[in-house]
Amino acid sequence: MGKHGDAMRSKRFELLAQRDVNKDTCIHEWAEVGLINTDSPLDPKPSLVVKDGVVKEMDGKKRKDFDIIDHFIIHHTLNLKQAKKAMQEDSLKLARMILDIHVPRKEIIELFSGLTPAKMLEVVNCLDTVEMMMALHKMHARKTPANQAHVTNRRENPVLLAADAAEAAIRGFAEEETTVAVPRSAAMNALAILVGSQTGRPGVLTQCSVEESLNLKLGMLGLTTYSETLSVYGTESTFRDGDDTPWSKAFLASAYASRGTKIRFTSGTGSEVLMGNAEGRSMLYLEIRCLMCTKGAGAQGVQNGSISCIALPLSLPGGGKTVLAENLVAALLDLEVASGNDAMSSHSEMRKTGKLMTQLLPGTDFITSGYSSMPRYDNLFGGGSFDSAEYDDWLVLQRDFLVSGGVLPVQETHVVEVRRKGAKALQALFKELGFPPIEDHEVEAATYAYNSSEMPERNRVEDLKASERILTDNITGAEIALALKKQGYPELAQRILEMQRQRVAGDHLQTSAIFDENFHVLSAVNDLNDYRGPGTGFRLEGELKQRITDLPQAKFPKTLAPVPPDELKMLIEEKGEAVIGADKREVVIALGPAFGTLLTETIIGLPHDQVLREILRGVEEEGVKPRLVKIYETADCAFIGYRAAHLSGSGIALGIQSKGTAVITQKDLPPLNNLELLSQASNLTLETYYAFGKNAARYAKGDPPAPVPTIIDNMARLKHIVKTTLMHMKESELANPKIPPQELEVRFVSEE
Amino acid sequence: MKARKFDPKKDYPLAQQRTDLVKTLSGIEFSEITLDHVVSGKIHPQDIRIGPETLGFQARVAEAHGRPQLAANFRRAAELTRIPDEEVLRIYNALRPHQATRETLIQMASDLEKKYGAKLNAAFIREAARVYQKRGIFDKTDQATERRGDG
Repeated sequence: MGKHGDAMRSKRFELLAQRDVNKDTCIHEWAEVGLINTDSPLDPKPSLVVKDGVVKEMDGKKRKDFDIIDHFIIHHTLNLKQAKKAMQEDSLKLARMILDIHVPRKEIIELFSGLTPAKMLEVVNCLDTVEMMMALHKMHARKTPANQAHVTNRRENPVLLAADAAEAAIRGFAEEETTVAVPRSAAMNALAILVGSQTGRPGVLTQCSVEESLNLKLGMLGLTTYSETLSVYGTESTFRDGDDTPWSKAFLASAYASRGTKIRFTSGTGSEVLMGNAEGRSMLYLEIRCLMCTKGAGAQGVQNGSISCIALPLSLPGGGKTVLAENLVAALLDLEVASGNDAMSSHSEMRKTGKLMTQLLPGTDFITSGYSSMPRYDNLFGGGSFDSAEYDDWLVLQRDFLVSGGVLPVQETHVVEVRRKGAKALQALFKELGFPPIEDHEVEAATYAYNSSEMPERNRVEDLKASERILTDNITGAEIALALKKQGYPELAQRILEMQRQRVAGDHLQTSAIFDENFHVLSAVNDLNDYRGPGTGFRLEGELKQRITDLPQAKFPKTLAPVPPDELKMLIEEKGEAVIGADKREVVIALGPAFGTLLTETIIGLPHDQVLREILRGVEEEGVKPRLVKIYETADCAFIGYRAAHLSGSGIALGIQSKGTAVITQKDLPPLNNLELLSQASNLTLETYYAFGKNAARYAKGDPPAPVPTIIDNMARLKHIVKTTLMHMKESELANPKIPPQELEVRFVSEE
Repeated sequence: MKARKFDPKKDYPLAQQRTDLVKTLSGIEFSEITLDHVVSGKIHPQDIRIGPETLGFQARVAEAHGRPQLAANFRRAAELTRIPDEEVLRIYNALRPHQATRETLIQMASDLEKKYGAKLNAAFIREAARVYQKRGIFDKTDQATERRGDG
């Protein structure tokens, strides 16, 4: 820093300090307490000693020191038949196997079932970020990616919930999750999104995230079809603080399955250190232990990728990579992965997107564990890294990279229609069940609302009573179907009943299961990821590609091409081949092939006749004679100018393309050099053309002027590039290298 | 006609391939579960529940696709289908840390076995009891219970 450093701040640094990314916390590692993503010095070294089928030592720990998690992993997860071979393999070799397209996914799953947590850590630590993305691409369980939506609002308005659930369903989400502000709302909220989702698209799985016994009850009643509230932890003390053990969670998993409810566990880096019990281990090592508990418990899958703790790994070096590694390890264990991207990960849009790409591009079973389908203002999960305002960004990303992130483009009219339908169905259901009535104006409000602040007030006390009645009266999914049928909703009734039937068949309990709109299950049994290198695995093609690329805002380029007006404002007459001028005080003004004929406006709509008038005025005011020619040999601005300069008696020419790009050049200069160039035609005004004409004349007089000031608009090219392309196409249509420059006579048709 | 043997490699999804094998807990055939039957009262809404045999078939599917833990879970679940909700929740709560004595858990395991023939769950609970004993999970302590939020 200079000696004045203390007093003065760089203005650029001042601005940097205010950037969104600098609102995120950034810390150095502190391994002893577990504030480290991977590679803690306290992470154990891989080891496994088995004697007579009994594990005597694992990852440097003797049997007598095993904690509850070690015991569980040894009892239920670790495949001792594979362990001998797997543990002896070099970790680097195992890491390379994952990326080897000649080694099928199945073989990796089998061999890796014999790895201890520390060995698994060592293997994934051999991979860099891009390799992990490739690995996830190959290893995630269900071939077809999907996505999960969050559907909540802070006033727990059931009408809005139904409308939002209906919209989320047509937007392509395969699962919808709601939660509560007050636990007593659980049944009502579950009911609202069940009705809404099935109105939008039959087969969407739904859940309501609440305390386990209530959650289980909702599943038993058939008001929900899945649950992902089962949290697991990587240290024994955290598990105890979480008021569970691997055995209690595994038992709960079976309890859900016994009632036909799909489950996935929840884990993620950071929870242990947040709860103060990381034992100095790295976050990734502890997460691997969580995942091994998940696997051992017989859960079909997991939501991980740090989930609600995401800002913690991201505050440390390697956070994004570690979170990706979590998803990968889950996939290596053959678990369904709902890969985070739900809780707010950064203040910076750029950083959020960067992180998202590591799951969106490889594809996972659910790209997010909850995309906020409504404005984050209403997100009761406190998250909403991506929300309803970012749908179109998401859709364009899918279109850019030709990947599926589980979200489909929709038409506004369709959304409005389905929101109203969902709200009306709930209105009918409330009527049948004798719940507090839903008025028509509430249906209308829910149809068009931005968020819950616009919803008419409801009697919360009465709604809560109705919600509790669902539980006390044991109102099941089948009874909901029945009530809807009575109220004249036979199709919706059928869908809700079908959901109950599917709970009896249990196909959706298998790994990575979702339903399509015909209630055909799609899981890692009948839609297993079969990636084996280029040309295999999930490819965006066919109907889905058509849908994902067909965005409502997409225009047909032909409709953007300019059309010539009925009336011409200037008449251009060609008087034969142009000759080299003898007048030393002339400027040749060379028009592009389509200027004033096939095209009559510049890119921003300045009429060619006015542009030309201004140029001529500028030249003439300097006492210089303008001579007009048309160039056909080329449509390129530089070459138009270059060609014209060689015709000019002064050696100075002003060339202009139809879109308005103009150049002043001199015959001694090489073609791509010039005296002045107005390259961004979109920023030009008639005054600029006037000034440009004047400057051309000054060069001809041998009195060089100050160049016309450059205007920079960084968005200009972005905004106009498609139109530029189309205009240039027209200009090029008329270009013909065989036609020499033509002398012109121009007559302006007067305005009156 | 005699029912075709179940092939876990080919018969998934059951709801499409083997509806003949799917029955509710109370023994109602899959094809009988229709809206009309619910309307007419032929089927009671509480009857629409997954049965143990179906979970057994799903266990075989899981196993045939290299997922032994998932299969084991479905087999434990099959046993739990017959156990009332309240009892299931009671066992779950007893398995949570410091919620039960060793004797209570062991007793629960025996009851499950005797009353419902739930051998797998009984063994699972006994296994938990052995580990809880080693790790002192039976002793009650007043631990803070800040739980991680769910996504």
